Amino acid sequence: MSKKDLYKNTDGEKFIETDKLLIIKNLEVIYKTDKTTVHAVNGIDLELGKGETIGLVGETGAGKTTTALSILRLLPEVTAHTPHGEIYFNGENLIQAPEERMRDIRGDKISMIFQDPMTALNPVYTVGEQIYEALELHAPEHKTKEELNARVDEVLKMVGITPERKNEYPHQFSGGMKQRVVIAMALACEPELLIADEPTTALDVTIQAQVLIMMRELRDRLGTAMIMITHDLGIVAQTCDKVAVMYAGEIIESGTAEDIYNSGKRHPYTEGLFGSIPDLTEDTDRLKPIPGLMPDPTNLPKGCYFSPRCPYATDKCRSEHPPVHVDGDHKIACWLFAEKEE
Amino acid sequence: MSENINPTVSEATPLIETRHLKKYFKVRKGLLHAVDDINIKIMPGKTIGVVGESGCGKSTLGRTILRLIEPTEGEVLYDGENIVPYGKHEMNKMRRNMQLIFQDPYSSLNPRMSVSELIAEYMIVNKTCKTRAEVWDRVDELMETVGLAERFAGAFPHELDGGRRQRIGIARALSLDPKFIVCDEPVSALDVSIQAQILNLLMDLQDQRGLTYMFITHDLSVVKHISDEIMVMYLGQCVEIAPSKELFKNPVHPYTQALLAAIPIPDVSMRHKEIEVIKGELTSPINPKPGCRFASRCKYATPKCTEGDLTLNDLGNGHFSTCVMHQQ
Repeated sequence: MSKKDLYKNTDGEKFIETDKLLIIKNLEVIYKTDKTTVHAVNGIDLELGKGETIGLVGETGAGKTTTALSILRLLPEVTAHTPHGEIYFNGENLIQAPEERMRDIRGDKISMIFQDPMTALNPVYTVGEQIYEALELHAPEHKTKEELNARVDEVLKMVGITPERKNEYPHQFSGGMKQRVVIAMALACEPELLIADEPTTALDVTIQAQVLIMMRELRDRLGTAMIMITHDLGIVAQTCDKVAVMYAGEIIESGTAEDIYNSGKRHPYTEGLFGSIPDLTEDTDRLKPIPGLMPDPTNLPKGCYFSPRCPYATDKCRSEHPPVHVDGDHKIACWLFAEKEE
Repeated sequence: MSENINPTVSEATPLIETRHLKKYFKVRKGLLHAVDDINIKIMPGKTIGVVGESGCGKSTLGRTILRLIEPTEGEVLYDGENIVPYGKHEMNKMRRNMQLIFQDPYSSLNPRMSVSELIAEYMIVNKTCKTRAEVWDRVDELMETVGLAERFAGAFPHELDGGRRQRIGIARALSLDPKFIVCDEPVSALDVSIQAQILNLLMDLQDQRGLTYMFITHDLSVVKHISDEIMVMYLGQCVEIAPSKELFKNPVHPYTQALLAAIPIPDVSMRHKEIEVIKGELTSPINPKPGCRFASRCKYATPKCTEGDLTLNDLGNGHFSTCVMHQQ
């Protein structure tokens, strides 16, 4: 299968009129091998305005990274398929965009910070060269070498690294400093959308705090919209305006941060996530974990995907997929709330 | 399991005690001070949490106590007896009482052994059971204890998820009925919902068997949940020891304060709270300057901080700090 066929699907317009930065409609991603089909993302809808920050929360295998990679069209060519779904970035359908157009967008309009700063940098180039490369490819306004080098210095200063260190190699930097370099690279072209995939998971807590504060300041200064992928509910509370909780490839709950943290109405899975984290302010004897495990994505259960682990599950949950209960911006996909309405 | 508890362990003597425990590694540039003068006491049935950032020496401390790494100086007392001079044979016997749960359940299990073989391994090596049948009975019993279904007995580690693998690690550690277990970041490779299951299991086992834990982690919320007492380490030095609740209510050392302030709290109303982050990063533990190693990042630092050795200052209520501010 050629690269062009990979993302081909018939539904959806090429362009739409919208003031939203990013709209994802009914996106589905499967990984197909000879033996099995993995349903990684199962029809998600997501909207993000300009300058907004959304937290994408969920455990390993929930489909968070797959969603992010499909926005940038970086899914593995051989196995990944998008049977249907549309991704509009500034009204342009990225699923149908030609590969050359995607190359312009990646790193310039949308950039990504990967989880592991240790492997995201090229060990045989100096950090200055790596930032320079991104600028050379995407910034037509600085064309001379001097201008580009001046911009490299500026970007390094922005993330708190002295420009003198730009001739050093990644191994000469500590983990926190490497992550700053990665962030500097991602922000060098002042993208409209920044996707941060667990940007601080590999870092120590004091360094994490430094990096998060820096990211927040830069976001406010540059007006960048951000998708923050994390499993840490603390980080989401401190940085995000909106939250989407993913489970088994679906967004099971979404809303503003206040909706999720304070409204008192939560999807049983979200409730379970909150019960699983030890509280620093209160004393609890035992945690209330979610029993069982995430379902096998090659063989998803019938009905609600969370029903085998849900303490409130009924026969209906086990046989029919739940509808989305909408309360303003707050959306919960659960029979528990759907039935209350009736 | 109470009959397995050594009758000589009395309430008053700590099960594990370290006295001036030091471990220096020789590196090209000099001596790396991984563990520097650590004095702790762990009472039977209690849990001490050891927290600190990566590279602060917390794992080295755990392994030095088990003598998986030979200490450079100092004593490790098990039930009042110094185990550092023990010979190989004596130490092997002693190790039955002291076990380790590893951080990474992916690399700490032999991929070519099945679950039941993995759990049986320590018992076969140590010849604790008279017959093979007895070994397999024990394996079944242990699998039930740690919540592994019988159908996994013939499975290999790669077929299982992280949580179940960590349960195998726990079953292995329990197989020799130890009294003391060093848990080296046992939940940091796991997802939150699975992490909570494993933490509850460890706490249940402690209640049932009167186990004593040393719980090494970088996650402060986990350590608060599971520990009776917490030691905060910075570059090989102990900076503060206090009962768990006391430490979180009243952290006195500037490093502990900074560490606690850096935790992102899952509460949106705290979002606009200005948090004070410590500047800079860890300095090198190779040939460190005398005195407090945190001084170069500390906002209260005075010239006094880097003069002379640190002393553990008693602040009452079992609360100790090494900060010069608390010297009498």
